[in-house]
Formats: sequence, C-alpha cells, structure tokens
Amino acid sequence: MTGVVIIGGGHAGFQCIDSLRKGGYTGPITLIDADPHLPYQRPPLSKGYLLEGAAPDTLLFRTATYYSEQSVELHLGVAATAIDRDNRSVTLSNGVRLSYDQLVLAPGASIRPLKVPDEIAGQVHYIKTLGDIDRISAQLSNAQDLVVVGGGFIGLEFAATACKLGKKVSVLVRGTGLMNQNVTPELSQFMLEQHRAHGADIQLNTSIETVSRLDDGSFEILTTDGRTLSCDMLVAGIGVTPDTRLAEAAGLECDDGIIVDAQCRTSDPVIYAAGDAVSFAHPLADRPIRIESVQNAVDQAKVIAATICGEQAEYDSVPWFWSDQYEFKLQMAGLHAGYDRVVQRGATESGKFTLFLYRGDKLIAVHTVNKPADHMAARKLLAAGVSPSFAEAADESLKLNGLLKR
Amino acid sequence: MPKVVYVDFQGNRNELEVANGMTLMQGAVMNGLDGIEGECSGSCACATCHCYVDEAYLDKLPEMSENEDELLDGTASERLGTSRLSCQIRMTDDLDGIVVQLPEEQ
Ligand SMILES: Cc1cc2nc3c(=O)[nH]c(=O)nc-3n(C[C@H](O)[C@H](O)[C@H](O)COP(=O)(O)OP(=O)(O)OC[C@H]3O[C@@H](n4cnc5c(N)ncnc54)[C@H](O)[C@@H]3O)c2cc1C
Ligand code: FES
Repeated sequence: MTGVVIIGGGHAGFQCIDSLRKGGYTGPITLIDADPHLPYQRPPLSKGYLLEGAAPDTLLFRTATYYSEQSVELHLGVAATAIDRDNRSVTLSNGVRLSYDQLVLAPGASIRPLKVPDEIAGQVHYIKTLGDIDRISAQLSNAQDLVVVGGGFIGLEFAATACKLGKKVSVLVRGTGLMNQNVTPELSQFMLEQHRAHGADIQLNTSIETVSRLDDGSFEILTTDGRTLSCDMLVAGIGVTPDTRLAEAAGLECDDGIIVDAQCRTSDPVIYAAGDAVSFAHPLADRPIRIESVQNAVDQAKVIAATICGEQAEYDSVPWFWSDQYEFKLQMAGLHAGYDRVVQRGATESGKFTLFLYRGDKLIAVHTVNKPADHMAARKLLAAGVSPSFAEAADESLKLNGLLKR
Repeated sequence: MPKVVYVDFQGNRNELEVANGMTLMQGAVMNGLDGIEGECSGSCACATCHCYVDEAYLDKLPEMSENEDELLDGTASERLGTSRLSCQIRMTDDLDGIVVQLPEEQ
C-alpha cells in the first residue's frame, strides 16, 4: 500500500491531509511542496503580516509536530516534475520517485509576470509566497515611493498596507475600475474613493509603457497615458494562471484549469485535484468555472478526503471570499455573474452596507462592506436557495437570519 | 511561555503554550486542537473561532471591535456574555493561564 500522495501544500493540500486523518484514513500520506516552509496560509501575506511584522510561524497551518504525529511524510523544497500514470508514480526534482494509490493535485496558480525588460524583471516584486513577502519586507524600510501594478484584491490589499506603513503609493490599473471582475460598479467606486482618501494615487485605464532603472536603483516609469512616475519599488499583482503543467503533461483533461467532476476527480479516476488549479461545473454557475479562494480550496479538499475515505460527497458549497483594505472588510458570497439588479441595505456613506445581487428575482450573490453578520446570514440564504424580495433585502429592520426561518 | 487552557465541549482540558503575540485561535489551530476552525486565517471574517472566555479574564481582553460584535451575533453555537472570537485575542503575559471554553459547533 503506497497511500495518498499530495502535490502542493497550500490551502487545498493541507486541508486534504487534515480531513483525511480526521475522516479516519490510516494509510500513508505524502506531501510534496516546492516551497521550503511548512505549509502556511496566504491571505495574511498581503494584509496584516507585513503591517504587524509578525513572525513567519504565525502563518503555519500546523507546527512540525503535527506532521510527525499524523505520520505525514513531507518533501519540502522539492517540486514534483512528472506524473507516470501507468505506474502510478510521481518523480521529484531531486530524483526521488514516489508511488501512489491516489494522487491529489493541489498546485495552485502561478503569478502572471509583468512584461518588462529582462534586466528589470528580476527587480519586480510579487505577493504569492512567504519568500516574496520577506524580500518585500527587506526592501520596504528603505523605500518611500512605491508603484503597484494591478487593481485586483491582492494589489489593493498591498497598496492599503503600504499606505498604512506611511509609503507613497501609486496604483496603475488597466481597467476602468477597481476589482472590476469581482465586485459591482457601486462597490468598486466606493473603494476607489477610500483608497484615494487614504492617500493612494490610483490611476485607472493605464499601465506601464516603458520602465527603466536609474543609477540610484530607482525606477522611472512611463505610463501608457503619458505620465512619468518614479519609484523605489515596483510591485505587481496582475493575476494568476492555473498551474496545469504537470496535469497536462500527464495527459489529464485541462481547459483553463485541471477539469474535475463533483467529487473533484480528474479524467483519471485515481487522480483528484483541488483549489486554484481546477476548473469545474458548479451547480450555481452555468458554465465551468475556476475559483481562487480559500473557501474553494478548503471545501474541495474536504470532498476529496471524504471520497477517498469512502463517503458520498459532492462539491456544491456556496463560494465566498473576503478582502481587507484599510478599515474595510469586503465579503463576497455567491457567484454574481449575470446579475441584473442590485438592492442595497444601509447607506454607502456609513461605510457599512450590503449589496444583494439578483438575476431576475433570484438572489445570486451578496457583497458586504463591514457587515460580517450579513455576510454569514447571506451564505445561509444562498445555500438554502432563499431569495428575499427586493423590499425585504433593502429593509434594515429585518434581520437576514429571520428571513431564513420562514 | 504563557499558557492557555482550552476546554472542549466535552469538558476535556488542553493546556498549551502560546507565544506572546500569537492569537488564541492560532494557538489552538496550529497545535491541531479540535473545536476551533479559523477558516479566515484570523481576519475576523468567519466566526469559526468562537470561544467562551473565563470571566476572570474578560476585563483583561482587548476591546471588541464592531465587526467582532456583529459576527458574534451569527455564531453557530449560542452567543453568551463571555463570547469572543479567539482570533481577536493576542497572547500577552497578562493573559497567562487564561481558560477558554470551546463551543459545541463552529
Ligand atoms: C497574498 C494573497 C492573499 C490572498 N487573500 C485571500 C483572501 O483574503 N481570501 C481568500 O479567500 N483567498 C485569498 N487568496 C487566495 C488563496 O490564498 C488561494 O485561493 C488558495 O491559496 C488556493 O489554494 P491552493 O491550495 O489551490 O493553492 P496554493 O495555496 O497557492 O498552494 C499551492 C502549493 O503548491 C505548490 N506547488 C505548485 N506546483 C508544485 C509542484 N510541481 N511540486 C510541488 N509543489 C508545487 C506551491 O509551492 C504551493 O505551496 C490570497 C492569495 C494570496 C497569494
Ligand atoms: S478565524 Fe475567522 S473570525 Fe476568527
């Protein structure tokens, strides 16, 4: 018996280990991760971690003891380089071969690199790993002017953190607004105002035209709309692409992600996949989707573990996500693609409000700003398929939990 | 290192050393203790780190933020006067020996 081999010890890979053991799986578990650290959590990297100057240990899912107690064999700092499906084995970058009964692919996604000249490419910072953030933190104290490229969650969270640390931050956003893919125009506009109010210089509809490095180590950037900016640090958060390389090379079906079914099984029945890397048909979506969130990675991993433990499980959780920017906690529940109506509860000016997104009269997503209780209740409403009327949604005197019970 | 006593729903006591600066949620989760989940990595966004704090220590805790207060209204187990989110409590020498009860459900 060679047990379960897991490639990738991020949110999905770690959860798979924990749920397998909690589910009673007693066979061998082997984890491979190219990152040298014990498995750790990513969300704080762009949020509190830098701000609080926290120790790396605070990010770990578990201490080292856990893995020995649970008899999990760790291969850290080595990458899986090939999967041999016929012989059910994985080859590692250090030449080791590991056999598996079941293989779990949880490689996440790779950062999309900024297109800049080669001599500058090595100087651009990204925010994905502990190593990345350590490099940022080492330079940050000597930097005053920062340029952040990208108006998605991670770029904005980092911009907010840097502003709080007293840096002068410019953000170059290619699209017409912030977080355009993920939030409504109302919320995007609200956050734009907050970023500007906190001193971030946000420039929309622009990107880098050329960038050069000056003798003093600083960068000079010419933007596509003709502005010149100089900065000491250049940080990019322009998205990620699913890491499908191993899966594709092994002949597993992929299409913007490793394709999996409701049990998170790939086109090979003994190979599962979870997290940022997978594409799947969600019951709440009308076409295959890929979700980059902790919830998705964790819940898919739980389904895999349950399936390996012989239980009936299916991935159909309501997706949810959060982001912290300054004093604002944004929480998104559901899938909002195709919404045609937004009903708001609470005044925008109060900095605490909830947006109900409908398609027809069906509630499909709820976005909240500093309304965590509404977010929790909304997840329950969405899971139960309950759609409050537009009037009920807007009425602050009605508790959302109450709407669930009728 | 200061200690935290986590008492699970069945009444089992687990005494763990939790370094200053770590949150009570991290102390429990990193040591693989059941009963606290910490789904949102301590962002005060999920309420799966609910605990009941021994009354003797309530006054020594940092004040509750509005977000924490609201989230506690939606916890899976009943909110009591001693309810807090353990990710919002950072360990200090002052809190050495703190006893927290874990709820039935998170
Ligand atoms: C800075 C930051 C902030 C975030 N904030 C939030 C947030 O607030 N809320 C939220 O819901 N989500 C957030 N996310 C997204 C969330 O972290 C991801 O969706 C989640 O980590 C996905 O889990 P995963 O297991 O699929 O991939 P990951 O957690 O990325 O883990 C993949 C692992 O696989 C390893 N790996 C890849 N290929 C190989 C190989 N060939 N061999 C060995 N190892 C390999 C990598 O080293 C990595 O450790 C954030 C992400 C980042 C980077
Ligand atoms: S860990 Fe999510 S609220 Fe405490």
